[in-house]
Amino acid sequence: MAEPAAAPAPAAIATRGLNLWYGDFQALFDVNLHVKQGIITSLIGPSGCGKSTLLRSCNRINERLGYVRTTGSIEILGQDIYAPEVELVQVRKQVGMVFQRPNPLPLSIRDNVSFGHRLHARGHRVSRSRKEELVEDSLRKVLLWDSVKDRLDTLATELSLEEQQKLCIARLLPVKPAVLLMDEPCSALDPKGTAAVEELIWELRGEFTILIVTHNMAQARRASEETVFMLIGKLIEHGRTEDVFLNPQHRQTADYIEGRYG
Amino acid sequence: MTGTAAPLFAGTSLNARDRKIEWLVRALLGLMTALLILPVVIIMALLVVEGGPVISWEFLTTPPVDGMTAGGILPALVGTVWLVVVALIASVPVGVAAAVYLSEYAPDNWLTRAINLAIINLAGVPSIVHALFGVGAFVLFFRFGTSILAASLTLAVMTLPVVIVSTRESLQAVPRAFREACWNMGATRWQTIRRIVLPNALSGILTGIILEVSRTSGETAPIMFTGAAFFLPFLPQGVLDQTMAMSLHLFVITTQVPDAPEALPFGVALVLISMVLAMNALSIAFRVYVRGRKKW
Repeated sequence: MAEPAAAPAPAAIATRGLNLWYGDFQALFDVNLHVKQGIITSLIGPSGCGKSTLLRSCNRINERLGYVRTTGSIEILGQDIYAPEVELVQVRKQVGMVFQRPNPLPLSIRDNVSFGHRLHARGHRVSRSRKEELVEDSLRKVLLWDSVKDRLDTLATELSLEEQQKLCIARLLPVKPAVLLMDEPCSALDPKGTAAVEELIWELRGEFTILIVTHNMAQARRASEETVFMLIGKLIEHGRTEDVFLNPQHRQTADYIEGRYG
Repeated sequence: MTGTAAPLFAGTSLNARDRKIEWLVRALLGLMTALLILPVVIIMALLVVEGGPVISWEFLTTPPVDGMTAGGILPALVGTVWLVVVALIASVPVGVAAAVYLSEYAPDNWLTRAINLAIINLAGVPSIVHALFGVGAFVLFFRFGTSILAASLTLAVMTLPVVIVSTRESLQAVPRAFREACWNMGATRWQTIRRIVLPNALSGILTGIILEVSRTSGETAPIMFTGAAFFLPFLPQGVLDQTMAMSLHLFVITTQVPDAPEALPFGVALVLISMVLAMNALSIAFRVYVRGRKKW
């Protein structure tokens, strides 16, 4: 297991003094987050505490809503993603996102996986066998290949929710992201599906930096290496998962973990 | 304890009253629905009974003769097809493009909302006002003269708001999750629209267009001063010709030709309404077909 304290790698995600408003409502207050590369960090806190907002800021998907305003900075792999020379499409390639509800595109399984690659491989001829290889590699990596290899041309929306969610992770891989943002990726799944997707996320650590928002404290505890606790738009505590759960430094964290509110 | 205790869950007089009201309301609402269907049934029956005997292959394929008291309706039939097709060529690209812009690109601010409101209001402008606009703009200002082009453009302007609204609604029926999925793989807006949004909205867009066709083919006022002729027993050769049209022909033989046989207008109306119904049926069949294949 990666020892978080060991190698001082540059932060995968670093925010400095991040404030965010939806219209007049301030959702984030002076957030200074520092997510280390190659590990799983979970983001916990009661509903409405800004965890999803923070997550969605990290690939600037929030700004599709015209009334969002941010101050402060967000750096991904050391690069300020609001810098003028930054191309939004390149940010999104590096920072993939998995949603609460699996959202496979209404295409075949194969086309879902190769969609991102097709978008970005324009101009280069990619051989058919290379494409097949990409699809297979991605599906293998999410532990889905064996169950779908004989029906790659069926609609992805016909898969079970668990399979859909795995597919949603698989389709990010051909674009070669460095960071995966996951917004409660298991909350629509049954316990078996949750276990399978958690196992997959655990498999992917090291290769990707994973930031996962979860409502489920047990999940944060068993499936992440570091934990960030947020409350009403503020980052309260960030530490190794064991430390946050066994020896929280803040009263609010302790109360939340013990289930006094939330 | 009395011997005749009411059984558990027994109804009260209040329940009986509520049930009576329930029955009355249901009957009333049902009656209104029947009232709604009645005119449609009567109109169709009347047209089939009165106009049916007039319809023949010859009726559909020959021009009117004897001061429009006999013969067929070919020029009007062909003219209506011309008018509708040219109107579609003009209105569909503009309408769909505008709807895509409004739905996918325009920021949600007061200007966009004002434009949306204006479009809805435009759909409510009486067709005779569009007709006058058509005369001023296309016939006189652009010097198209009274022609298929001027009439079709007038129809296009009139149907544009409805095309925009129906297209925008189909676009917005495509789940936002699909768009977010695309954006998160680094797709641009246009890539998202072209690969995901448009293909999934297509059935709705086409349905809207087909319904427009059926509406356009029955319009009279907008074409009356801009391109449709009273009597012109030739087929149009191009968009700068005038033409006869079904709707105006019906108006003319009903009101302007005193000695036309009584069955004739019924026959024309039957053909016109059959065209419209066929179009609507096509649109419904298409929608059912596409919806059957859609899995979300």
